[in-house]
Amino acid sequence: MAERKDLIQDIQLTAASDLLGAVADMKTAGYRLGQACATKVDGGIEVLYSFEKDEALKNLKVSLGDNAPELQSISGIYWAAFIYENEMHDLFGITFKNLALDFGGHFFKIASETPWNPADKRSASDADAGAPAEVAAGAPAVAGADSGADGGEKVTDLEKNDKETPAKADEKGGEA
Amino acid sequence: MAKRTVIPFGPQHPVLPEPIHLDLVIEDETVVEAIPSIGFIHRGLEKLVEKNEWPEMVYVIERVCGICSFGHGWGYCKSVEGNLGVTVPPRAEYLRTIWHELGRIHSHLLWLGLLADAFGFESLFMHSWRLREKVLDIFEETTGGRVIFSVCKVGGVRKDVANEKLAEISAELNGMIPELKELANVFMEDMSVKNRLTGVGVLSKEDVIDLCAVGPVARASGVASDVRLDGHGAYAELGFEPCVEQDGDSMARCKVRIKELFQSIELIGKAAASIPEGDIDIKVKGNPSGEFVGRMEQPRGEAYYYSKGNGSKFLERIRVRTPTNANIPALVKMLQGCDLADVPVLVLTIDPCISCTER
Repeated sequence: MAERKDLIQDIQLTAASDLLGAVADMKTAGYRLGQACATKVDGGIEVLYSFEKDEALKNLKVSLGDNAPELQSISGIYWAAFIYENEMHDLFGITFKNLALDFGGHFFKIASETPWNPADKRSASDADAGAPAEVAAGAPAVAGADSGADGGEKVTDLEKNDKETPAKADEKGGEA
Repeated sequence: MAKRTVIPFGPQHPVLPEPIHLDLVIEDETVVEAIPSIGFIHRGLEKLVEKNEWPEMVYVIERVCGICSFGHGWGYCKSVEGNLGVTVPPRAEYLRTIWHELGRIHSHLLWLGLLADAFGFESLFMHSWRLREKVLDIFEETTGGRVIFSVCKVGGVRKDVANEKLAEISAELNGMIPELKELANVFMEDMSVKNRLTGVGVLSKEDVIDLCAVGPVARASGVASDVRLDGHGAYAELGFEPCVEQDGDSMARCKVRIKELFQSIELIGKAAASIPEGDIDIKVKGNPSGEFVGRMEQPRGEAYYYSKGNGSKFLERIRVRTPTNANIPALVKMLQGCDLADVPVLVLTIDPCISCTER
């Protein structure tokens, strides 16, 4: 049986002040920057950097506060990071210092409000959100773009609401 | 010193079905610098995680791309399955592998057609897309869809395909090989094609590593990087080795994709011959409460799928990093020093998918 490198999750918590040193160590060790992304969590934002070498991943996670989140750009070490850092700036409001290619908030031209904060969007009607969802085995086969309900087993509050169905999302997105 | 002029390229351009803008700084007819801009079609698909429960999000993530939609669905499922600690039945892993490789054939043929169109070889474009139709027909027969398939779900797949049908599919793909060889021969041997691709847009191995390029772009420069080596799906059992070229130019990127066409047919044949019997899914209970970073080798290259749960039916975050996202810095590099006339072809050689990039 081959080793399942994809199942190994190496996520190291890193202080913001140590980030540049840790990223420089990754570069020295021959790791390639895979991606960087932000996640809004209670009381702040998490920034995750993923690095790859020989199909194995290492991740660095930095926690930032909600108030004017700021981080040193790693684009001086990995130039390609400018893509991810501009995205995080535009969508999550994180300011990156010394960004190699700074689009000044114009990387994405979007109409919706930013920074993203999922907590603001969930209403009291989602009070049952803690109940486990379930994907049934042997659910009826559904061909093509279907309603989004899984095997027709559950009807949630969200489905009753005017939610954006995958079909609607497809109409907007079209074929990429 | 020649006068510098800035020429805007895109976001609407005849060779680009999707909007990307480049500010090309040129001296005479040579590009000395390229500054990319995207963001014209940001769809906010990741944000839909706030409104869709995690079993439903697979339908949204599939719609990140209409070409590699199966792979995106698989990548999402893989990330959530990792988060939940779910092990998928082997038959489902084989079926996923077969559909994913069909997607690669479909994507590469589409790309070859677009490339031919970009350098003005219309009949080559038509032949490439004619062959691609056969793959779409196979998708329709086995999934019911030609663009969006909805067969991948967390815990397995929704549809089984009979072993006899899989053998038929393999035979049909093998039957395409003579025509594919003819097509490949034109791309690799025709003088007019060689003139447009050979030695154009060279990216060194060091550049690929430094700029974190992925997929066929990286493999065409001698970097044997391919997520299919990480042990997921049925690839380890099928004996997978990445296709690599050394020249790093546009022709090398073309050759890698052509080699991968034949490799995918071979992988599908092996999978069809050795697929284990058994269930195609397992029952999944509970909600994701951890985080998981997963990857897939999409036809255009490595893609990331990060999921973070909070124990509820809604994920805290789903992040998709698509291959084009990672290849834009490499594109900027390969444009430096090229002729202005080569810009459209060079942009195409990274096989850009801007809708995927912006999600």
